[in-house]
Amino acid sequence: MSARIVWRKSVNIVMLSLTGIAALGVVSVLFFILGYLLWNGGTSLNWAFFTQLPKPVGETGGGMANAIVGSLKLLLLAAVMGLPVGLMAGVYLAEFGGKTFSFVIRYTNDLLNGVPSIVIGIFAYSLVVLPVKHFSALAGGVALAIMVVPVTVRSTEEFLKAVPGSMREAAMALGASKWKTIATVVLPAASGGILTGMLLALARVAGETAPLLFTAFSNRYWGQGWGQPIASLPVMIYTYAIAPYDDWHRQAWAAGLVLLALVLFSNLGARFILARSKAV
Amino acid sequence: MYANPLRVPVPMENMTQQKTELALRLKIVDLNFFYGPKQAIFGLSLKIPTNRVTALIGPSGCGKSTFLRTLNRMNETIRNTRVEGDIQLDGQDILGMDVVGLRRRVGMVFQRPNPFPKSIYDNVAYGLRINGYKGRLDDLVEQSLRRAALWDEVKDVLKKSAFALSGGQQQRLCIARALAVDPEVLLLDEPCSALDPVTTAKIEELMFQLKDSCTMAIVTHNMQQAARASDYTAFMLDGRLIEHSETSRLFTTPTDPRTEAYITGRFG
Repeated sequence: MSARIVWRKSVNIVMLSLTGIAALGVVSVLFFILGYLLWNGGTSLNWAFFTQLPKPVGETGGGMANAIVGSLKLLLLAAVMGLPVGLMAGVYLAEFGGKTFSFVIRYTNDLLNGVPSIVIGIFAYSLVVLPVKHFSALAGGVALAIMVVPVTVRSTEEFLKAVPGSMREAAMALGASKWKTIATVVLPAASGGILTGMLLALARVAGETAPLLFTAFSNRYWGQGWGQPIASLPVMIYTYAIAPYDDWHRQAWAAGLVLLALVLFSNLGARFILARSKAV
Repeated sequence: MYANPLRVPVPMENMTQQKTELALRLKIVDLNFFYGPKQAIFGLSLKIPTNRVTALIGPSGCGKSTFLRTLNRMNETIRNTRVEGDIQLDGQDILGMDVVGLRRRVGMVFQRPNPFPKSIYDNVAYGLRINGYKGRLDDLVEQSLRRAALWDEVKDVLKKSAFALSGGQQQRLCIARALAVDPEVLLLDEPCSALDPVTTAKIEELMFQLKDSCTMAIVTHNMQQAARASDYTAFMLDGRLIEHSETSRLFTTPTDPRTEAYITGRFG
């Protein structure tokens, strides 16, 4: 073999190994986190964790029932406020928008997507917390909703654009107005994808801590309604992880595991919905 | 082919005398069409007789499809388009009509089968539902599927997705869907170009049966199809109508040399 061929083959082997190692690294990081969480969190996970309130400092045991429910409540608020706005803006971009205006909206939306979550927290703080002078679940919901919107807009737009134009034509040729075409043909055709995008958006904000620190704050008891501070898993993890008690550390690991499971299952659910909608 | 003697096409020049028997469904006078600054149709005038099939032939880009789509105003969905001239449906100007009502009366079947991602039943019922039809849907769905010669193949799987059907079945489903709202005119934009010869024959047979109740205009690239399935043929070139007469005459003794060149395959 000539030197040139040897050189070419060895470059090939080196590059193959490098890319392979990088790919393996990505996967192993996830599995490492997962394994570590299972190891540390799994052992402290028990029935009490899901059913009891946190115990006062110094006592062992107790659970994070309030934080689990609180996280779900915050996600519900984010969904109720953020998803409709994201959906409708996505419909506008895909179906109605003109060239220039759409470009501006799309670009702004991408910028919003890139705004650090802590900045969105400050925004929600000054918008909702400052006027009433106390933290509230509502403020946390607003912060998360703002983060849900850009992801939903983009995924909605993409999935609507994937619906073939021939279907719109078919509906309009039968006498459907533009809105009726969108509502009865285009949106149902894209519903699986849109729903997936929404679930992924919610899964993404489920783990956000920074915007909740000074909006929803936290609560060691059951929340007193939407206008009062509310506990959430990410903030609990933060609080418990930096505390000096071993028992709290164990509970933080357990909370991390629960949060990861929540995100993982909504991801799986999203993929399941998408796979099923494609089969139709 | 012409089992019914009444179905034998009447020569163009006799049309006026035979008005009671051969009414005009669509009358197009001096039509001009523009995509932005670009003119696509130039001063086109054409009469489309009731319950007959009129074929539109011509090379790609000659404006056949554009012309067909002006008849139910589908071109309005494209930005920056403009229509000039007069199109009358049963003596009524369609440009001044409510577009929803117009498209109910002038149905359309497209080049590629485009069923909705819904069940077979819901596809056929779609037009009725959006038009607020309150009667018994089941009967009309069955009737439309029968008219499209698809009933026997799908009667047991009405709840199945339309995508489970073959291409030819899908196209007949699209025809059934268009027929459900009982249009007076059916526009067919190359309905067989994506289908195999056997399925094409089925669709042509179907068109022949539909002539009892429906006026049809079909755009086709297939000259045998125009010769087989139509009563009248219009030849278009560069956005202009070159020749229009009964099909048998246009294909045997065309008067314009450009028509002759096209149908004998010398260009296009």
